Amino acid sequence: MEFIQTNLELIYFIIFCVFIGIEIIANVPAILHTPLMSGANAISGVIMIGAILMLMQIPPTNYVLLGVGGIAVFLGALNISGGFFVTGRMLKMFKTKK
Amino acid sequence: MTILVEVGYLVATVSFLGGLKFMSSPKRAKLGNAIAASGMILAVICTFLMVLSGTVPTPNLIVLLVAIFGGTLLGQRMAAKVEMTAMPQLVSLFNATGGGCAMLLGVIEASQLATDTSLSGTKILLLLGLITGAIAATGSVVAYRKLAGKTNDNRKAIVVVGARILLSLTVLLPTAYFVGIIPVPFAVFAYAMAVLSLGYGILFVLPIGGADMPVVISLLNSITGIATAFAGFVYGNKAMIAGGIFVGAAGILLTLLMCKAMNRSLVKVLAGKFKKSSGTEVEEEQHIKSISLSEIAMQLSFAHKIAIVPGYGLAVAQAQHLCGQLLQLLEAKGVAIDFIIHPVAGRMPGHMNVLLAEANIDYGHLKEMNEVNEQMSHYDMILIIGANDVVNPAAETKPESPVYGMPIIKAHESKQVVVMKRSMSPGYAGVSNDLFGMDNCSLLFGDAKDSLQEIINQLKLI
Repeated sequence: MEFIQTNLELIYFIIFCVFIGIEIIANVPAILHTPLMSGANAISGVIMIGAILMLMQIPPTNYVLLGVGGIAVFLGALNISGGFFVTGRMLKMFKTKK
Repeated sequence: MTILVEVGYLVATVSFLGGLKFMSSPKRAKLGNAIAASGMILAVICTFLMVLSGTVPTPNLIVLLVAIFGGTLLGQRMAAKVEMTAMPQLVSLFNATGGGCAMLLGVIEASQLATDTSLSGTKILLLLGLITGAIAATGSVVAYRKLAGKTNDNRKAIVVVGARILLSLTVLLPTAYFVGIIPVPFAVFAYAMAVLSLGYGILFVLPIGGADMPVVISLLNSITGIATAFAGFVYGNKAMIAGGIFVGAAGILLTLLMCKAMNRSLVKVLAGKFKKSSGTEVEEEQHIKSISLSEIAMQLSFAHKIAIVPGYGLAVAQAQHLCGQLLQLLEAKGVAIDFIIHPVAGRMPGHMNVLLAEANIDYGHLKEMNEVNEQMSHYDMILIIGANDVVNPAAETKPESPVYGMPIIKAHESKQVVVMKRSMSPGYAGVSNDLFGMDNCSLLFGDAKDSLQEIINQLKLI
C-alpha cells in the first residue's frame, strides 16, 4: 500500500501509456508488421539507459560486476543499433511509383 | 541540469510515440523510424549528461564507452548483412539481447541492493524485470535457433512437464519469498530466480511448432518490452517505462492478431497442440487435374486481372525475385496483378510483404486478405505458390475440419486457380485441401522457382 502511495503518479502514467500504446499500434497495416516489430524491438533497447545508470554505481574495483555490467550495456547497444538499422533497411525497400 | 535531462526524456518518449504512429503508413514509416531512433539517441545523451554531472570513476566510464561503441558497431554490421528471408531470426536475436540486458540489470541491481533498507516494492519490480528478461532472452535464442533450422521441435513429455514445473516455480517461489518463508539473502534468491527463468525460457519455446513462430516472436518481443517497463519503474525513468510499455502493447497486439489469423488460442499455440479433428474424417476421393506450363503462360497473357497468393514455400524456394519479374512482364502486357497476402504468411508477422518489397514489387500491389476477399470473382486466374492451409475452403464449409473457422483467402471463388506444389503432401495443419478437387482448380507439380522461371520464359516468347 505504502509503495502504491509513493508511486501513484507513475502508476497513472503506466495506465495511460498502455492505452495510448494500443491505440497507436492498432492502426498499423499488415504490410508493415515486420518493420513495426523490429522497430518496437529497437525501442525496447531503451533498457540500456538503465544499464548505463547501473554501471555507474558499480564500485570500480569490482571487476566481475564491471564486466557483467559492461556486457549488459553492450547487449542494449546491440539491440538499439541493430534494431533501428535493420528497420531502416527494410523500410527503404517499400516503394511505390505514385 | 536535471530539468534539461527531464525535458530530454520527455522529448524522447514523445518521439517513440510519434515514430510508432508514423509506422502506420508505408510513406511515412521511414521518417517514423528516424524519429524513434533520434529519440533514442537523445535519451542516451540525457543519461550521459546526468551521469557526468556526478563523479564518475574512470574504469566504469571506459567500460561503458567500449560497450556502447562495440554494441553499436556490431548491430550495424549484423543489420547490413542479413538476408531478408533470415529477418525473423535476426529480430529474435536482437530481442534476446534486450532480454539479456534486462536480466543482467536485475541481477547486478539485486547484488548491490542494501537488503533491509529498500522497500519490498522495489524488490518485487526488480525480480519481475529479471524474470521476464531472462525468459525473453533464452526463449528468443531458442526461437532463433529454430528459425535458423538449428533446433527441432521437441514435444517430449519431459519438456512439456518441465516447462510447467518451472513456470509454477517462477510464480510460487517469489510469492513464498515475499511472505517470508524462504530465509535467504535477496541477492542469492535473485540469482536462483535468474537461473530458473533462463531454464523456463528454453523449455517454453522448445515444443512450439515452426509455423507458429509468428506468434512466439511477437510474444517474446512483448515480454522484453514488459521487462524494460519493470526496470524503468525501478529507476523511476519515464522514458524507459513508456518505451517498454509501447513495445509490450505492440507485441501483445500482434500476438493476438496472429492467433486470430490462425484460428487458434494462445494457450494452444504455447502448448504446441493442434485441434484434433472430431469424429471420423471421411477421406473423399479428390479428382485432381494437372495443368501444363504452356497453358498457364497462355492463359496469363490473355487474362485481365490475376493474383498471386504467396506462402512460406515461395520464400523457401527463393522465388520472390521471379515474382517481381513476372509482375513486370504481365504489367507490360496490360494484365493487372495483385499479391494477396495472408496475415500468417512467412515466419513472422508481415514477413511476406518484406520479401516481396525486396523483389522490387510496388506495395500498391500487396493486398490484405480482407481487402479483396469479396471481389474474388474478378480475378481471371489465381496462382497459389507455396501456400496451402490459408486457401483451404474446408475452413468455411467443414465444421469437423481442424482448420475450420480460420480466416482464409477465398481463392476458390475466382474464375480459375492454379496451385504450384512440390508434392501432394498436406500443409502445416496436416489436412487435405478441398480446393484441389474443385472444378476450377488445377495443379502444377514441381519446384516453385523452376516453374516460375519457365512460365516467364514462355511469356517472353508470346
